Amino acid sequence: MKVNLNTRILSKNEQAAELNRGFLADHKLACLNLISSPGSGKTTILARTITDLKDKLRIGVIEGDIKTDYDAQRIRTAGAAAVQIETEGACHLSAPQVNWALQKLPVNDLDLVFIENVGNLVCPSAFDLGESGRVVVLSIPEGDDKPAKYPGTFANADVILINKIDLISYLKFDLQRVLADIAVLNSKALIMQISAATGQGMQTWYDWLMDQQTSR
Amino acid sequence: MHETAVAQSILDTILEHAGKLNAKPVRAVISCGQFNTLNDEAMQFAFETAAEGTVCEAMELVIRHIPLRARCVNCDRLFEFDIYTPACPECKSEHFDFQADAPLLLEEIEFENPNDKGGL
Repeated sequence: MKVNLNTRILSKNEQAAELNRGFLADHKLACLNLISSPGSGKTTILARTITDLKDKLRIGVIEGDIKTDYDAQRIRTAGAAAVQIETEGACHLSAPQVNWALQKLPVNDLDLVFIENVGNLVCPSAFDLGESGRVVVLSIPEGDDKPAKYPGTFANADVILINKIDLISYLKFDLQRVLADIAVLNSKALIMQISAATGQGMQTWYDWLMDQQTSR
Repeated sequence: MHETAVAQSILDTILEHAGKLNAKPVRAVISCGQFNTLNDEAMQFAFETAAEGTVCEAMELVIRHIPLRARCVNCDRLFEFDIYTPACPECKSEHFDFQADAPLLLEEIEFENPNDKGGL
């Protein structure tokens, strides 16, 4: 006996993502899902962004990590509200977890919510969190083969931040190769070369962020 | 490793149907795209582990990988995208738009026929 279903396997996650989308729209909040390998500089980018835009943009952060609340502490030190999700082993955030975290943020006093996903270039890409945009970070020390090796993650990005660009002259990193590989997978993504450590290129990122908020 | 989350979700759905039909599931077919791809080995292992001790233990899981299609901007040809030769097979143009990637689907579940019970 055969039962034909054709049901979406991640439908529970997708339903929760829709709830998040509705909640964010009701509160006129932009929401960006940050995806990258561990150590690419996601938290440093966020901390610098929060500091530099503190008079212009009210930012809240949902932090995802397998263990510890180190990142949430760094965000609070930078001056923004943060909620930490410890996934206890799970390699990605899911929409119900974000739903829980959104309830804990002072959403009425915010313009923009960042979701810093668990550091992982594979799994987070399969889980819609209800975000309004997806930002993928690739840092120079990781190597120039990452877009080709993790096509799903780069294909679904709205913005790709190439971070630690100040290190490019010290390391073997073929920027043209990266740009060509991204062009194959995703011709619509905005690509920004930045250094959260030195501030290089950050203004382009800030301008784009301000547009996200005003377009809500 | 997102295979564990996928396995649990599949298992929940199969168990729900097995309970309703009061039948033993023997085979399920799932499918995925190229960007939301599943690793076969990890998926089989995750499902086996999740199914342990349930009526789904030892059932067969079939994973179908659905190709990603793209349409050439230059000559309008629809083709299956291959990351190793990312160009239109007709006119060799590298300008194309991806079609939607196939979603993760639980396509069908096969249950043991009541008269099969007891086997040989």
